[in-house]
Order: sequence, then C-alpha cells, then structure tokens
Amino acid sequence: MKRDSVSPTDLLQVARSGNRHAVGRLLSLVEKGGTIADEVAATTHPLSGDARIIGITGPPGSGKSTLVSQLLKVITQAGLKPAVIAVDPSSPLTGGAILGDRVRIDATDTGTFIRSIATRGHAGGLALGVPGGVRVLDAVGYDPIIIETVGVGQVEVDVTATADTTIVVANPGTGDAVQANKAGLLEVADIFVVNKSDLAGADDARRDLELMLDLSHMTGQEDPTGRRPPIVMANSLDGSGSIELWSAIVAHGNHLVSTGQIKGRRAARARAELHSRAADRLLAALDQTIDSPAGRAIVDALQNKDISPTEASDQLIRPILRQD
Amino acid sequence: MIQPPLRIVLAKIGFDGHDRGLRMVARMLRDAGCEVIYLGLRQTTENVVAVVEQEDADAVGLSMHNAQHLTLAPRMVAALRNADLEVPVILGGVIPDQDVAPLMDAGVAVILGPGSSAEKVVSAVRTAVASRS
Repeated sequence: MKRDSVSPTDLLQVARSGNRHAVGRLLSLVEKGGTIADEVAATTHPLSGDARIIGITGPPGSGKSTLVSQLLKVITQAGLKPAVIAVDPSSPLTGGAILGDRVRIDATDTGTFIRSIATRGHAGGLALGVPGGVRVLDAVGYDPIIIETVGVGQVEVDVTATADTTIVVANPGTGDAVQANKAGLLEVADIFVVNKSDLAGADDARRDLELMLDLSHMTGQEDPTGRRPPIVMANSLDGSGSIELWSAIVAHGNHLVSTGQIKGRRAARARAELHSRAADRLLAALDQTIDSPAGRAIVDALQNKDISPTEASDQLIRPILRQD
Repeated sequence: MIQPPLRIVLAKIGFDGHDRGLRMVARMLRDAGCEVIYLGLRQTTENVVAVVEQEDADAVGLSMHNAQHLTLAPRMVAALRNADLEVPVILGGVIPDQDVAPLMDAGVAVILGPGSSAEKVVSAVRTAVASRS
C-alpha cells in the first residue's frame, strides 16, 4: 500500500478485512483533521454505534495502563475483541510527545489493537482525534473500546462525554476524605478502582471514597436511578480485582440499557463531539481574522485606546458570525 | 495544511538492559516536535512490526548495546519489509565501525553512534523519513 494514495472508503474495506495497518492509517487520517478526517468520519459513521466504550482516568502514575493490561486479559478470555486508545499529553511548547503507555500494556498475548494518541494541543485530557478514532475502531469491529486518558485536574469530564462507562482510578495514600471530596474527577465515576491495593492505606482510601459517595446521597448528586458506583480493589502485580472490574463494567452497561440511560449518554457524546468540532472551526476562523490586516487594525485601535476591549472583540467576531 | 508530527517507535530488542541512551533520544525527538511511541526494553521484532502497523509510525529507532546488532537489525528490517511497511530503521548505540557497511547493506537507513547531538539525531530521522519510498 502506497501512502496517501488510497481513499478512506478503500482503506476501511481493507481494515474491515483484518488489516491492522489500514486501521492504523485511518486513525492517522482522523488525527490529521481537516477534510480527510471528515471523509473518514462520513465513511465510518453509519457502521458505528455498537461498541461499548469504556473510559479510564486517574492521576498520573495511578496504574491506569497496568490495570488496562490486566483487564485486557479478562476481556479477551471472555471472547471479546478489545481495542485501546491511550492518550498522553503533547508538549505545549514543541508539540512533541512521549507516548509511553505501551511500556505497561502487554498486548502481545491478547492481540489487542492499541493506538497511542497525543493531545496535540487540545485541552481536556482528550485529543480531538479520540471520538473519530473510537468511531473507526467501532466500524472495524472492535468491542469494547477502552480510552485511557491523562488524569490531571477536572477536565476528565471530557472522558464521560465519550465513554459509556467511566472508571476513576485512585491510590492509597493520596489524601484524606477532604481531598477526595474536592476533586471533580470523582463525580464523573461510574466505577471506582482503588489500585495498588497491596499498599498500606488501601482500606482507608476505600473508606474515604465510600464516605464521599454517602455525601453525594445527601447533596442530591447521586444517580437518579439510585445506583451507587461500586469500588473495586485491584492490584495489577498479581492481577487481582481485574475480574471484579470487568463484572462491574458489564453490570453498569446492563444498567445503562435497562434504565434507558444509554440514550442520554450517547446524545451527550454526539453533542460533545459536535461542540468540539464546531469550536475548532470557530477558533481557526478567529485565528485567521485576528492576524488579517483588518484584525491587526482592531488590535492597534485597542492598543491606542481608540476603542474599548468589548468593542474590539465585537468588531473582530462580527464578520465570523455573519458567515453563512 | 500543517504536516502532522512525525511518529517514531523507539525500542530495544532482545536481552539488553541499557535504555538510558534510548530515553535520551526519546526526549530529543519529543523536544523537536515528534510523537515518540516508546516501547523500551525487551521487545521482539514481531511486536515492533505490530506496533508500527497500529501506530502508523513513520520510523523505527532501535538502540543496541548487546552486540547482537548484526543479527537483530537486519531481522527488524526484513520483518518490516515482509509486512509491507516502508518504514526506515534507524540504529543507535554501540556499533563497531566494521559493522556499519554490512548493516547499511542489510537496509538500515542510518546509524547514529554514541555522542550524537540532538540536532544530528533529529535531522537524521527527518532525512530517513523523507527519503523512504
């Protein structure tokens, strides 16, 4: 296969016949963005929508990749064909990235398809290519699709926008119940994992999470169906907890279907992707306008105090918003 | 359109525990704007081929400090070609001078010795990727 000479439609056909390099190339086209990514989206959209999508997030070093590695063994033993999208941050200065999740994920014996994706400047822990990448993997026939994301701050809410089931990984010794309470991360969890459960303080970590869930009940933040996120104790050194985690994922999936919540989640996902795409287009238009002669004139006028900041931004966005 | 970043797979194959140089190269390439898919120690040629396919990588960088380069590097090149992957193999580490010619004959794209500067590493990778068929 010569590069860049095959259409997305042909690539998808080759990919669906089991050619993994074709899958890899489709994912590159998605990441590249622009019209070629739109073509891939148009081709894969009708064939996707069936796969279970599982998000795994948590602080750096909490053991997400190692946990995924253990989980993959259970999933493949269940006869399923999983794929993983592992997201790592791009450097904001150089755009480069070290994608190191494969060091921990042992896919040689499970034959799992794994793709490392850099955030490439998109804030929120999830790269823009992720929804499109999920759609490619779904259309090719992978199920479930696991998205592993960098967990920093509250932006992991993005994971829930793409995943059916969101797993938050916590560790012993990372703070008391107050820490657990202030992290927005905890509110998005469908399942908690206390990873490295062999370490001292694992039971305390579990108790703190339980306490936090008790408080969610008091403040009305609990799930409207009354479901309480389970807490799974896991240790990736010996693989303990991975069977329980998969059972919890399956149970949550069944819960989403039986309560009809799955529809709401998928609608939210479609909205989030649309929002992200539209925001990208608007930002591109804004960048172009602000660096045009007219844009520079507005910047000058603002600097010379001829117009107010509000007037300046109004003048700047007016031609963008007027476009048909 | 802006070209997407180069995606480079970095690995050590076989029994070879010296990954300090490879980690330095990873950092050099990252700081030059590349996306480095870091595999690290104890990889097999089969696994590297699988990773290049899935990651749609532009090049493979191997680090060799176990004196098995004459066996493993040509095997890596052949495994990639057999999988129909036109991806250059760049070799780093301790490679004696007399081994350079046979390795280049076997299809290795570039050999970078100890002490190579970041500029040299990055430009060698870019040249190798640009000249692939």
